[in-house]
Amino acid sequence: MTDGTESQTPSFRRKGFRFDVFRLFTWVASAATVATLVCIAASILVQAWPAIAHFGLGFFTTVAWKTSDPENYGVLPYLVGTAISSLIALLLALPLGVLIAIFLSENFLAPPLRNTVRFVVELLAAIPSVIYGLWGIAVVIPIVQRIGGPIAGALGFLPLFQGPASGNSMLTASLVLALMVLPTITAISRTALVAVPGQLREGSYAIGATRWETIFGVLLPTAAPGIVAATILAFGRAMGETMAVAMLIGNSPRLTWSLLSPAGTLASLIANKFGEAEDLQVSALLYAAFALMLFTLLVNVVGELVLRRAQKSISGLR
Amino acid sequence: MSTAVFNQNLAPELKAQTFRDRLRLGRNFFWTAICVGSSFLTLIPLFSIIFLVVSNGIGLLTPSVFFELPPAPGQEGGGLGNAIQGTALMVGIAILIAAPLGILSAIYISEYDKRSMLAGAVRFIAKLLTGIPSIICGMFAFATIVVSTHTKSSIAGGVALAVLALPTILLTAEQALLGVPHALREASYGMGATKFQTIFRVVLPEAVPAIMTGLMLAVARAAGETAPVLFTATSSAYWLSSLMEPTQSLAELIYRFGKYPYPHLIQLAWTASLVLVVLVTLTNVTAQLVFGKRKRR
Amino acid sequence: MKTTSSRFAGLIALIALSPLSVYAATQLQGAGATFPAPLYQRWIAEFSKANPGIQINYQGVGSGAGIKQFTDGLVTFGASDAAMTDAQIEKVKQGVVLIPATAGSIVLAYNLPGVETLKLSREAYVGIFLGKITKWSDPAIAKTNEGVKIPDLNITVCTRSDSSGTNFVFTGHLSAVSSDFKSQVGQGTSVTWPAGVAGQGNDGVTALIKQTQGAIGYVEYGYAKNNKLPFAQLQNKAGEFVAASPESGAATLNTTQFPANILRAWPSDPDGKDAYPIATFTWLLLYKTYSDKDKLAALKKFVTYGLTDGQKLSNDLGYIPMPAEVVQKCEAALNSVQ
Repeated sequence: MTDGTESQTPSFRRKGFRFDVFRLFTWVASAATVATLVCIAASILVQAWPAIAHFGLGFFTTVAWKTSDPENYGVLPYLVGTAISSLIALLLALPLGVLIAIFLSENFLAPPLRNTVRFVVELLAAIPSVIYGLWGIAVVIPIVQRIGGPIAGALGFLPLFQGPASGNSMLTASLVLALMVLPTITAISRTALVAVPGQLREGSYAIGATRWETIFGVLLPTAAPGIVAATILAFGRAMGETMAVAMLIGNSPRLTWSLLSPAGTLASLIANKFGEAEDLQVSALLYAAFALMLFTLLVNVVGELVLRRAQKSISGLR
Repeated sequence: MSTAVFNQNLAPELKAQTFRDRLRLGRNFFWTAICVGSSFLTLIPLFSIIFLVVSNGIGLLTPSVFFELPPAPGQEGGGLGNAIQGTALMVGIAILIAAPLGILSAIYISEYDKRSMLAGAVRFIAKLLTGIPSIICGMFAFATIVVSTHTKSSIAGGVALAVLALPTILLTAEQALLGVPHALREASYGMGATKFQTIFRVVLPEAVPAIMTGLMLAVARAAGETAPVLFTATSSAYWLSSLMEPTQSLAELIYRFGKYPYPHLIQLAWTASLVLVVLVTLTNVTAQLVFGKRKRR
Repeated sequence: MKTTSSRFAGLIALIALSPLSVYAATQLQGAGATFPAPLYQRWIAEFSKANPGIQINYQGVGSGAGIKQFTDGLVTFGASDAAMTDAQIEKVKQGVVLIPATAGSIVLAYNLPGVETLKLSREAYVGIFLGKITKWSDPAIAKTNEGVKIPDLNITVCTRSDSSGTNFVFTGHLSAVSSDFKSQVGQGTSVTWPAGVAGQGNDGVTALIKQTQGAIGYVEYGYAKNNKLPFAQLQNKAGEFVAASPESGAATLNTTQFPANILRAWPSDPDGKDAYPIATFTWLLLYKTYSDKDKLAALKKFVTYGLTDGQKLSNDLGYIPMPAEVVQKCEAALNSVQ
């Protein structure tokens, strides 16, 4: 565009042109955001390909991760470890998280106290994973070691609590994981509870229900889809949590069902082995990473869809 | 709205006349106690973490700790200088990549084609990206940048952290833009402003505090992440001299030094934790203040 | 204060102008074994103080990855706890010089209140790790500890949960001294222990032992020393009870016979009377020829420092200083590097 034409162009035209360029910028950025996920998946897939071609799906049903046997890798124990540690973390965090969400959405105590709890939960989400790991080593491992022996003694006949009890174990990792996913459950559940229309509560009170009869009978059932979504999303978080788990779980390559034994998760396997890996092992670890990514994506897609449903059904009640 | 109604205790005063009613009241009280009790239970681990980090980390927290290189095993003194430098650089690179991308995307999905397929995809992918394990971000940067440049570097670490920061920045920016009252836009158009002018002169200035909050939260999160930089930037004993060399970060230092048998290095890991926790707490408090102010307005 | 502010200025300048090097230093890249990494890092720190023109980066990436990067020519020198096999050496076209740089031993640390010295016969410690001896009052232990009042506790065997070189060396020794162990457990970086609880890493096992009365476990000498854990005297091949120390470690290293053309040997069950039974070398991997003469000179200077003054730091950090005879052989090997 030359100076001559520009001076003759009506001002709205010129602005219109700039607006289009800027719009293009935002469009490109949006496309890049969408492409990010595809790029992540594709680049990991490419690097993992040698292992995928070599091991196929047998990778997920084999128990083998030894440097002395570099032709043979399988992640079954880590797959089981990921599932069990995440499930137990949820089992612990779900009731607590929902109770806190209720606490934050009801007026049991004065707002300053409520805000303190809210701030604490937000801070729990903000503390870096590696610090949870250090804290777990200093605090949780000794506790689990002390209570692990008696638990194994009393309940050792169950495979879940078979001794000998180690401090760095599935249980330790699950306890710390529970703490780490608590903020996710609390935040989403609280949003779901707060969104329950006031008329429902008023109606419940009007027919003479107590506060907790209202909570259990009306609020929780109405908010249930949101709480389910919170649980699913928290499960996704727990599956992918890396550093704290790698520092606490023991990184044992053996398949175990006992919560008191050292175990491993897909994420902790990568964190623990990738730095010293070479050749096929690098590729095998990237295969594990690809699988972990697919699993978490799947869980998150389901979680997001449930969450959308929940929000829609709640707004339908209004 | 419903929130306001929700916060008033409208539960009727129940007169306990029958045994059944007394039981109901008792049950009501029981659950209140459980609920309040378990809420305050969460304070215990947080206080425990903060207490340990402060009591173990404060000993070495002197001004010189910020400006010296980490000690080698067996050496006394030293500091976190190059770790702070490396973390700052990598978080800077991450924000430099993620902020334009995130904010521009947010503008597209909240100001231009709100209902387009692309906007829907951006929102959904951003939500999914928040759920991607941080170690996957590291694997991504490894598979692309480390593999092609043959070296661990702050660029690779920065890219890994950018993937992590992008959804936080994007989603908070979207919320910030949606929070700008529609009347302001109408007024702007009414005065003959173009869409571009409206966005830049009216909407963005109004949304800046909230967008900044998102940026700060992203900075705090990225600064503390270990998994993305563990295999992409690794560690270094020196000050930075190039963008394409292994780079030390605070988080990696905590992880590595925490495992050593040398008490001085372990203590330094706690000091690094203290630095990170203070950073994280400060950003969260500031974010609350900024948000609080907005809400009050 | 002046240095602080100038460093701060430097920090800002470096962030702003990162690609610009401060001054042209000779850079050496090393990668490999994690076990000697703390010592190497200390050497580098002390060495760079005296030689500011030389910058050395050592990344503890593990022996396997170290050998790989060395073979691919990505580093100036490599490091490995397992030296290199002949097949691996053949792949390096510039040729390889193996230089033992330091050594370490593995100790059996224990937690028995009031017991300051504990002697364990081969029968006893193999039995403990096979899960056959489960009480500290077992006659096999009492026999060698007359006059020591050992509390009547159950034995808690502490092992490593993760895979590691420490596992490899320790199970290698147990396999060498006991055919039962060899057939039931065997040697490996990650083995299935018949008994005990597991800790993660040397630090995890150390913590376990500290926290558990009646515990015994295997950790690198440095971890036991730095954490002031007591460790047992072990019966060596000659039948003597020897505690891990720089001297007994050196005795082990001294008995090691190297083949004529290469400094490579593993003393998995040494002969000497004063020799501590579980000790092993760790190696620096150098090319036979270097095209960059500046790097060659810097590298030779650094390795010479490590073999001489550097050895004096070994003891502090829990490594075994190498005996003079071995150092002489190493220096001769270093001279062959061109």
